[in-house]
Amino acid sequence: MNNGNLDFEKPIMELERRILELESKTQERHTDLLALNQMRETLQNLTAEIFSKLSAWERVQVARHPERPQTIDYLGMVFDDFLELHGDRCFKDDPAIKAGLARLGERTVVVIGQHKGKDTRARLAANYGMPNPEGYRKALRVMRFAEKMRYPVISLIDTPGAFPGIGAEERGQFSAIASNLMEMARLRTPLIGVILAEGGSGGALGVAVVDRLLMLENAWFSVISPEGCAAILFKSNEKEKIAVAAEALKLTAVDLIGLNIVDEVISEPLGGAHRDPQQMAEMLKRALVKHMKELETVETDELLARRYNKWRSIGTLSQDTLVAGDNRGRQTGEDARREDTEGG
Amino acid sequence: MAWNLRFRRKRDLPDGLWLKCLGCGQMVFAKQVEERNQVCPECNFHFRISAGERIRITVDEGTFEELYEDLEPVDYLDFTDRKSYRQRIDEEQAKTGLKDACIIGTASIGGHKTVFGVTDSNFMMGSMGAVVGEKVTLAAEEAVSRRLPLVLFSGSGGGARMQEGVISLSQMAKTAAAIARLHDARVPYISILTNPTMGGVAASWAALGDILIAEPKALIGFAGPRTIKLTLGIDLPDDFQSAEFLLSHGFMDMIVGRQNMKEELTRLLALLAPATHE
Ligand SMILES: [Zn+2]
Repeated sequence: MNNGNLDFEKPIMELERRILELESKTQERHTDLLALNQMRETLQNLTAEIFSKLSAWERVQVARHPERPQTIDYLGMVFDDFLELHGDRCFKDDPAIKAGLARLGERTVVVIGQHKGKDTRARLAANYGMPNPEGYRKALRVMRFAEKMRYPVISLIDTPGAFPGIGAEERGQFSAIASNLMEMARLRTPLIGVILAEGGSGGALGVAVVDRLLMLENAWFSVISPEGCAAILFKSNEKEKIAVAAEALKLTAVDLIGLNIVDEVISEPLGGAHRDPQQMAEMLKRALVKHMKELETVETDELLARRYNKWRSIGTLSQDTLVAGDNRGRQTGEDARREDTEGG
Repeated sequence: MAWNLRFRRKRDLPDGLWLKCLGCGQMVFAKQVEERNQVCPECNFHFRISAGERIRITVDEGTFEELYEDLEPVDYLDFTDRKSYRQRIDEEQAKTGLKDACIIGTASIGGHKTVFGVTDSNFMMGSMGAVVGEKVTLAAEEAVSRRLPLVLFSGSGGGARMQEGVISLSQMAKTAAAIARLHDARVPYISILTNPTMGGVAASWAALGDILIAEPKALIGFAGPRTIKLTLGIDLPDDFQSAEFLLSHGFMDMIVGRQNMKEELTRLLALLAPATHE
């Protein structure tokens, strides 16, 4: 793990290096082992200390860590027998969004996963995880199959944003994303989304209109990247301004729980998901299975009513308008709690 | 009615003033532009107009009744950049006389009753925060409960409003969900995209009409042209993301000039009328 270490990871790496050094020299002598144990404990504490007070911008960097596990890692570790399906049946196959059938525990599910790629070549091939319209259309046609078969949909979200390109605009990026938002809102099967790392604006939301939105501890989700925000609002690309923008956008998992956007934060292994991908995958799987089981007990009309309320209740501005429209009487305890904290 | 006082005032254009057209670059007689509903007599360029002006030139006189007029922006994130969001809102409100970038009401067009809405690109570039999202959602819900066609004019260079962060972003999902219910209820929705309609507004409710109409030469798309240029490092085609470009790529039903808009909407609403009286 020597690639792409972040600045605030350096003390951790340094201590790790010293531990390794001592491990290689140690001759099973009592004093060496004692020293080693002490250093290991210090390492734990140091990592916990550093990661307990990461700034928003530092978390964004953890989310972008080159060794952070991605969709393709989780496809292997969380699911059994992932069978990939290709193409949007209109134009082409977008490598920035993977789709297919898989098993999650006992259940057959449909998986949608935004895909970034690990090395330079793979990243280039996957367009750095920035989907084109055909990616969103592929996701939608596979989700329609899920609806037909009543398979739950698991959406793995990890994108800096939808691709800003000439072809993307020619093929109606705006239209593809809008259609996904609308169709996901009324898809008659359970939908669970997880923001794995980057939840970049409409490009992420285009596969995130779900019943339960989960988020890994160090992931971010925002209307714009910190860099984009700093460029527009501060006319600046300096690190300090980007950090200020990251803070202001309230894009961390903890912020988004507070704003009732995210339903559950999944803790990461000490030092971030990249420090122990296997453990991360196990925790993710546990959360997905739990939510899937809960949603499967909900009757479909009720499921859709709750999904509508989940998104409908964000930014309702005042108590007076909270129960407007035909949602009256349909609110669950959860929704009522959501409302208590809104509008202020 | 309050809205009359607020919106009737036309752009202050002293008589005899010449105006440089943003479309053709020619000097044109301001009064003539105004008489043509802010359209250039030389090149048919459509100047941006306020929500009030839009209502005035589109709906039957005296039929507009505003709804949800009390909704005001909330600073959900306690957001501050070079100035606080609160201060920005105060300034924009003072500048435009609007509470936020959207006005909703009921109105008749050529005698056909509708739920009618406009976003105003003069208010924080017409960006969508919770007020715009909530009002569009309420409009869709209102159209369903009254079984009236929904007619929305969008104009937003800003897309989702940065200062309300993920709350703004979520308005895309919220409005799209409300439009889904409207379609399920078999209520027609006409969306008119004016210059500019970009980002999160284009990629949510504005794109989801049964009928999509664009004003001539309007800039419509997801990513801003500057972003694309910066990302790709190449020059963009001249008509890129224009209404005409979208029509030819199959994303608009028609392009309608401002002069004919009311007439065309009236024709459409007449054709749609039976479906709403079931
Ligand atoms: Zn002109």
